[in-house]
Amino acid sequence: MSPDGQAASCPAGTATRGAYTIRGSMHALSIRNLRKTYPNGIEALKGIDFDVAPGDFYALLGPNGAGKTTAIGIICSLVNKTIGTVQIFGHDIDTDLAAAKACIGLVPQELNMNLFETVQNIVTNQAGYYGIPRRKALQRAEQYLQELRLWDRRHEPARNLSGGMKRRLMIARALIHEPRLLILDEPTAGVDIEIRRSMWDFLQRINAAGTTIILTTHYLEEAEHLCRHVAIIDKGTIIENARMSTILRKLQREVFVLSLREPLASAPVLPGFEAALRADGELEVAVDADHSLNDMFQALNDRNIAVVSLRNKANRLEELFMRLVEGKSAGQAEAAG
Amino acid sequence: MNLSLNFVALKTIVRKEVVRVLRIWVQTIFPPAITMTLYFIIFGNLIGRRIGDMGGYDYMQYIAPGLIMMSVITNSYGNVVSSFFGAKFGRHIEEMLVSPMSNATIILGHVAGGLIRGLLVGALVTVVALAFTRVEVRHPLITLSMVLLSSTVFALAGFINAIFAKKFDDISIIPTFVLTPLTYLGGVFYSISLLPEFWQRLSLANPILYMVNAFRYGVLGTSDISIATAYAIVLLFVVVLFAVSLALLNRGIGIRE
Ligand SMILES: Nc1ncnc2c1ncn2[C@@H]1O[C@H](COP(=O)(O)OP(=O)(O)OP(=O)(O)O)[C@@H](O)[C@H]1O
Ligand SMILES: [Mg+2]
Repeated sequence: MSPDGQAASCPAGTATRGAYTIRGSMHALSIRNLRKTYPNGIEALKGIDFDVAPGDFYALLGPNGAGKTTAIGIICSLVNKTIGTVQIFGHDIDTDLAAAKACIGLVPQELNMNLFETVQNIVTNQAGYYGIPRRKALQRAEQYLQELRLWDRRHEPARNLSGGMKRRLMIARALIHEPRLLILDEPTAGVDIEIRRSMWDFLQRINAAGTTIILTTHYLEEAEHLCRHVAIIDKGTIIENARMSTILRKLQREVFVLSLREPLASAPVLPGFEAALRADGELEVAVDADHSLNDMFQALNDRNIAVVSLRNKANRLEELFMRLVEGKSAGQAEAAG
Repeated sequence: MNLSLNFVALKTIVRKEVVRVLRIWVQTIFPPAITMTLYFIIFGNLIGRRIGDMGGYDYMQYIAPGLIMMSVITNSYGNVVSSFFGAKFGRHIEEMLVSPMSNATIILGHVAGGLIRGLLVGALVTVVALAFTRVEVRHPLITLSMVLLSSTVFALAGFINAIFAKKFDDISIIPTFVLTPLTYLGGVFYSISLLPEFWQRLSLANPILYMVNAFRYGVLGTSDISIATAYAIVLLFVVVLFAVSLALLNRGIGIRE
């Protein structure tokens, strides 16, 4: 893929994916005091600020109705903002809209394709809207439809595709102009595990090649696996915004569920650990930051308790998420810190 | 504005529109041809014989230009309103809204689509007309320019209708309650000189009258009104409707919350 000074490439881009040059400290996305009040009076965004660094893999998390899609809609010119500024690679959407738009590829939450149009036309038309001549659009369509395993279905109308295929088609469509910033609004909703894994690989490859990615998802495992930065938004306000590693470190304790070889009559006393017996006979042990798993096993060994298997009670990010959003910790495990 | 980008984007929309028209030709091309054939048989052939002369031509010859114009107008309008509203309804309008092409390009692309369908149907109706009567074009330039301009006016009107439409009903209300009556009263079937003074004056407020008459002048060389006035009015409509469409799209009326 050569950045041949293409009409559709993001104008400030000194290069597209592959060879990336970051100019100064320019952000891939910079949002300041962004507010949105819908005509029905709902205040979906109450003044949010955040920056996404070029090349980052950024998770925008939050419960239903938090304002994620609204924020993305404003960034992509599908929703009018009430107030605030949005810059994409330095291009302000108020003063430099076309350039800003050329930098972004959007995979929306809801299907928005003409279901009567063929798969190939959907992608090549999108390329055309970005000024990519048809011949080149056809080449790219082949490349991306192959990568997303839709090439065999290219002459069929989109309505013939399964739900997961339609999602992949929207990804191909979003990439056809090789945007510097790819925004995916719940791309893996309703996608089976195998395809989800391959989508993850695909996104990681694209990110490694230089594309900045912003992703929303309700699968926190997905965010933890893919993203290096997390912002959590709730009721139109950003309540957490940090590197993924920083956030995970913040978790003072983790709860593990152990399957035991011999059932226990009552929860054992493990010095330094809180242990509780579940109704199904499994043992829950909370491990805080001061102890290691070795310590836990040592304590179990001392009591001759044999462990068959072990798992996390909740995904770590999930635990934090619940704590932040609902103001309480996941499950019965009380926050130690 | 990036001209080469917008030019490619414009071609893309036109191509997409043509594909759409041909894909659903049973809805887009075929019905108007059938309707117009019926008009020719009933009004031209059966009733027309009893009417005799109209404006110095036999009735069939007189109504042929009007019927051609009528089909061009309704199909240009219909194409844009249903395609653009369909894009809103199916949300694929977002494909265009997220892209860097200008709003003017979006309008021009859809207008071009409307023109193409209007002309396709117009050509088909002309072929049908030839089966019933002679069509000799006196002033080809006037004929062609008037058909293109009128088609543009109604394509733009269809675009505005689609912008405001919220449900499928809304895209048939204007055609049914405004477009069709105005067309019928626009001198397609009669010369307004047959009307009483008051109705003649009222008819002059109907823009379609000017289009039909100027077009008929192009074909037959006869008209109820001045050709210069017709051009002035039609051009004015093109400019005003385009400006309105652009303003609406820029502000995101009916499209962006
Ligand atoms: N078009 C609209 N008109 C009025 N209110 C809206 C509109 N779209 C969204 N809202 C409201 O704005 C708030 C935020 O919605 P938004 O779709 O941005 O949430 P979200 O974080 O994407 O949620 P989800 O995870 O369910 O997709 C909600 O209260 C929603 O009801
Ligand atoms: Mg959403």
